[in-house]
Amino acid sequence: MGKHISRRTFIKTSLAAIGTAGISGLALPSTVKGASSEELATLIDIRKCIGCEACVEACHEANESKFPEPEKPFPKMYPSRVKVSDWSEKRDVIDRLTPYNWVFIQEATVRVKGEEQTLTFPRRCMHCQNPPCADLCPWGAARKLKNGITRIDADICLGGSKCKNVCPWHIPERQTGVGLYLDILPSFAGNGVMFKCDRCYDKIEAGELPACIEVCPEDVQTIGPRKEIVKEAHAIAEEIDGYIYGEDENGGTNTIYVSPVPFEELNRAIQQGPGRPHLEQVKDSMAHADNLAKAMVIAPIAGFAAAVGKFYKSAREVTKSDV
Amino acid sequence: MIITSDKDRILSNNLALRWLYNVTFIVLAFTGFGQMPIFKRYYISDIPGMGWTADFYFTHYIHYLGATILLALFAYVSADFLLLGKKKTKLTTSAHVRILILIGVVATGVLRVMKNLPDVVFSPGFTLFIDIGHLGFVMMYFLVALFCLILKSGWVERKSR
Repeated sequence: MGKHISRRTFIKTSLAAIGTAGISGLALPSTVKGASSEELATLIDIRKCIGCEACVEACHEANESKFPEPEKPFPKMYPSRVKVSDWSEKRDVIDRLTPYNWVFIQEATVRVKGEEQTLTFPRRCMHCQNPPCADLCPWGAARKLKNGITRIDADICLGGSKCKNVCPWHIPERQTGVGLYLDILPSFAGNGVMFKCDRCYDKIEAGELPACIEVCPEDVQTIGPRKEIVKEAHAIAEEIDGYIYGEDENGGTNTIYVSPVPFEELNRAIQQGPGRPHLEQVKDSMAHADNLAKAMVIAPIAGFAAAVGKFYKSAREVTKSDV
Repeated sequence: MIITSDKDRILSNNLALRWLYNVTFIVLAFTGFGQMPIFKRYYISDIPGMGWTADFYFTHYIHYLGATILLALFAYVSADFLLLGKKKTKLTTSAHVRILILIGVVATGVLRVMKNLPDVVFSPGFTLFIDIGHLGFVMMYFLVALFCLILKSGWVERKSR
């Protein structure tokens, strides 16, 4: 078994580490620390989830201080096509993603080995390895951390919703009436702040587990270095003749699902729509940009070579005219 | 040594290159501003034939493509000036100012492209600095370019004999 960390092993390791820290001043396991330069991924074993929503509740409790407290009335928006997005009166909605609900349980009734079964599994941000939300955010408000978390900085975000637009799963959700845009041109630019799962970056920085992982009674999720998590996902998939989602989607994500049924089937069976992401195959959204970035290295060399070519041609002409 | 055709040798007289530079720069500026979610909000993408301006992936691709052309162009013009142009011409004062600003545009642009590569992570403050810096340098360049247009100040002038 790899170095991935389940809730149980984490508690055991933490207790051991605390004991050690008392003697040597060493910190908690480096694999779950924010300072880790290694990308951490989570493994979600769909078979284990019982849909109890303990993760949803724990997410609420752990992240309550990060939830938006909008100022009302909202500034009048221009032009009128710009609609406000207000979830502040619907904070108890937990059957989809909202600015106040960063993880929800998705359901799929499918046939597993000939038997009809309802599978449940947590859905939230996939934390892509090359996240388009962070790459295309014009302000750097959405960003990827070294430990593989993609988070949106609520202090910088203007709520333009570009991240949601470019996200293959359309994960981030907007709350109007909060954030930096109120101090700039509230009626003409921006529209609030985008919110989504930040994989409890603050808890990870403190050497703790993300709330949804820590609280899960069934150990549905584990977290660890991506290589180990992928290895573990393949081992489970091989054992159960199952399927993997997230390893290659959008060029690779740091959320890996393992399922006993193909994801195409799950995708057909789940309720989809705003705040309820799909489970389709996703091509690498940033591949085109990465390829052009390589061309950008060659471009100046080509330009320089052309100038040198022109110089030699000119020198030859001059030599000829001298003769 | 006789240079038979100065017109061809001095790049500022090369109309095709001037057009390529101007068009590339305008496309870059337009697609650059398009990185902010404003074209849909302000009905630009509703103009017939402009629907593409609301496609962030497309405008991003065009922006990268334009940047590739611009980098090749800058390398060509710089090398050409050092190898050939410098003998007969010198940069004007406004050219020095514009070059300094362009260095800022290119440097922040290159850093942003680097940041967008997989496995490259910059600090939050630095990323913000790059983004705002890139926009700031471009706006500064347009302002200076406008002044140069009004004052009819070119890039190079003949060296006095």
